Amino acid sequence: MYFLASLSERRRGQLAALSIAAVVIVVGVPLWWRTTETYRAWLPFSQIKDLSKLQLHLSADVEVVFARGTLTPEQQKKLPLTQTQDEEHAVDENTVLRYTHEIKYRTATIMEEEALGKPTAAEADLSLHMLSESPCGSSVVYVIPEVSSLLPENVKVYIGQRRTAILRINAEMRAGKTVEQLLAVLKPQIKQVLQVMSFSHTDITAALSDRVRFNPGSKESMTHSMRAFTSSPGYEITFSLLNPDPRSHRLHWDIEGAVQTYIQPFLTKLSPLANFSIDSQMLHYAMLGVNPRYNNDRGAFILHADSLAHVINPVEARLGSNAASSNPVLNFLLYVPDAQHSPLYIQDHKKMDVPSNAFHSPRWGGIMVYNVKNLYGPEAEFPVNININMAEVMGVFLTQLRLLVGMESSPPPPGFLVAPCGSVGLADWELDRLMWSRSVENIATATTTITSLAQLLDQIGNIVINDNIAQQVSSAVTSVQLAVAELEAGNLGFALQYSKETILASEKAFFDPSLLHLLYFPDDQKFAIYIPLFLPMCVPILLSLLKMASEARRRYREKQAKKD
Amino acid sequence: MYHIKVSQFGRSISYFYLRLVFISPRFVQNSAGQFFSSGHTNNWAVLVCTSRFWFNYRHVANTLSVYRSVKRLGIPDSHIVLMLADDMACNHRNPKPATVFSHKNMELNVYGDDVEVDYRGYEVTVENFLRVLTGRLPPSTPRSKRLLSDDRSNILIYLTGHGGNGFLKFQDSEEISNVELADAFEQMWQKRRYNELLFIIDTCQGASMYERFYSPNIMALASSQVGEDSLSHQPDLAIGVHLMDRYTFYLLEFLEDIHPSSKTNMNDLFKVCPRSLCVSTPGHRTDLFLRNPESVLITDFFGSVRKVEITTEVLNLTHPIQRVEGSPVNGESHREVYSYVDQLPVSEIIHQKPKQKDWHPPDGFILGLWTLILLVFFKTYGIKHLKHIF
Repeated sequence: MYFLASLSERRRGQLAALSIAAVVIVVGVPLWWRTTETYRAWLPFSQIKDLSKLQLHLSADVEVVFARGTLTPEQQKKLPLTQTQDEEHAVDENTVLRYTHEIKYRTATIMEEEALGKPTAAEADLSLHMLSESPCGSSVVYVIPEVSSLLPENVKVYIGQRRTAILRINAEMRAGKTVEQLLAVLKPQIKQVLQVMSFSHTDITAALSDRVRFNPGSKESMTHSMRAFTSSPGYEITFSLLNPDPRSHRLHWDIEGAVQTYIQPFLTKLSPLANFSIDSQMLHYAMLGVNPRYNNDRGAFILHADSLAHVINPVEARLGSNAASSNPVLNFLLYVPDAQHSPLYIQDHKKMDVPSNAFHSPRWGGIMVYNVKNLYGPEAEFPVNININMAEVMGVFLTQLRLLVGMESSPPPPGFLVAPCGSVGLADWELDRLMWSRSVENIATATTTITSLAQLLDQIGNIVINDNIAQQVSSAVTSVQLAVAELEAGNLGFALQYSKETILASEKAFFDPSLLHLLYFPDDQKFAIYIPLFLPMCVPILLSLLKMASEARRRYREKQAKKD
Repeated sequence: MYHIKVSQFGRSISYFYLRLVFISPRFVQNSAGQFFSSGHTNNWAVLVCTSRFWFNYRHVANTLSVYRSVKRLGIPDSHIVLMLADDMACNHRNPKPATVFSHKNMELNVYGDDVEVDYRGYEVTVENFLRVLTGRLPPSTPRSKRLLSDDRSNILIYLTGHGGNGFLKFQDSEEISNVELADAFEQMWQKRRYNELLFIIDTCQGASMYERFYSPNIMALASSQVGEDSLSHQPDLAIGVHLMDRYTFYLLEFLEDIHPSSKTNMNDLFKVCPRSLCVSTPGHRTDLFLRNPESVLITDFFGSVRKVEITTEVLNLTHPIQRVEGSPVNGESHREVYSYVDQLPVSEIIHQKPKQKDWHPPDGFILGLWTLILLVFFKTYGIKHLKHIF
């Protein structure tokens, strides 16, 4: 409606409308924008993008020591010599693996010769170990002549309990050759030894299963990757004694002593990898879920391998756990059959008795059946006191524990003799192998976690990124880079430590409770929310601006008309 | 598939044509060679009932029936996350307290004495459900409330309640959309929290909930298509409400025939509750699943058949056991004194300062209200230059 207002009034009105519009645009819109935006701390997105292309370079030092009698004097003059073996594999388009072995060739010292003169390989190994301790991740191969009686007849390579191996060289291999030719002949043999003692391509790719999915490889590697637990900062181990028949058997087991003697040294040696906590329990009246069949020929009850799979579930429901943490739990059960169903033997698929009378389940634990029928006669007074032979039991459990932690179970190549792993249950080179694969697994998992977190935060613009998450991500990224650098330098201990740090930081960042994206707003809902708020405010402003514009145009046209 | 074509054992032994696709060592392996086909080592189940109030008794009964089947087939309580939005067994309208029946005439009580509910009542929210799935729980959450699956876990997810086209209603006050669910599954896939996932939903227009999935290795079943309603099965006159939904009723009937070593596969599960019985048309989605549904066993998801290996070689430990030092033989054992933490720290609560809340500028409603008041004020007092606006 047009009012006949004076010019000054009209001028004041226009000024008021303009200033309201100015305040809305200059102050209101930025204020609204700032108060409705989500706080997102800065993340190193470019570095994270670089992480998606993983180039792992594993390197290890190897020393090859020639004993007396293996080299001719002219060959000996060329030593010491250093060579590098390099191998590169592209696992997929984002992952490249490079393996480097720095091999130093030298001759043996007097003391090493003396050690190699011992009667058996085990003693030689022990005295060699006394002389020098190889650092973590390295290996030493001693080459002995054919005439040496250290190794038995058909054995070509002896792998000791620490990081040494003894390789026997044939006479015709070294005759009339220069050093280079000799080393070239030795190279495949050394490589075979290193496949067993140091990292090998198969188990490193198995450790990368987080990044490289759907790559079954061989059946062996798939079972191996399914059997071992994934990398975790800690594990809980529970030993349970199941007594279904307390009326007949009163069982005594010295679990504390057994754990202290047999299991604890093993776990202490594994402590760079993870923390382990142990507890134990006794369960009475706990039955197996399966009825064993009586076999007349054997005079015993038989549990066939096919029914073993159904044993675990009913028992697991009864097992308590001391799990206040979210760490994976390994259960080791010792089952003493009741008097009516004794003795109980496990048969494999070929209907042969299993000598250990035990079985294990991947990523869960193991069960052993301990028969006590032979310990008492029929006239014994029930309940019978029975002391369980913990050495036998712990032997089985330690084997199962080794498998579940990730040791290789495949037999060594022909001609190889691997020393039994001693009282600790773990050879040094086995620990090294575990550390290599664990570091690689941690790095692979951490990189996928970080890259998928970055992708997620990028995609969903509504998630709030707090400062602590940004800090965790940054520290995870730095730790990954450090771990990769340490692997390349060959420092296995530091690499494992950094990889543990990075996986802790990346998991903490990814699983932070504040990163939950609950705010999915479809566009029509957004309009429905904002229109009732802003439309009533904006309509008067817009109308007044339009009126001013039309009036200005009219005046301009009048002025034009007046000019003509 | 392998073709063996053996020529006649008569004269012409010249042509012996044998083509094996699989290398023979696989034949010699154990018949539990399902070990390698499914690739999982443990099973988890997340069973969610999203509706409360007495007349939604059937949703709780649905979830408890699936819980019962899953437990019977072997999944332990530690691997089941059961979320029930309301307590029907102890509801004061329940004429038979401490029971939840799934068949009329009170044939089957699915609320036994070993039901372990992990999230109950108002704890069943969209946020908690998504937190369970993605693992983003506060550090104080106990183990039983977490989904601690790894990359070799097969997970069964069962949802029931009231739903619509693209959403599922939680607690009558909030809803989860199919996009959020698909994103949650994608986050699970990114973090390798599952090997294979079976998603079953029994709501109206349930098929809309799995339309948006895009992560691999998910198989989905729904009780009705978009635009159809899932109907309930039968009321019980004594209890006064409907006891089960049709789809879950026939699903339960189907599962009662399954035992831990049965070899029924997923194609039979797809046939459960045809249109004649269910009135709605159940749907399924298998395009994201890598294996052929025919080769997937029901027990791969509903049961928990453990893979087992025989321990062949054993370490020989010969050294004797050491005595553990510090054993309380001498009689004076140092006992630790334990005390309870103060359950209700009244003094702290009374003297608590009010929490400092961050200052927010007034939101849109307040701004609009004040603008309106100002304009009315100016209009009333007739300040003339505002005539240019109105």
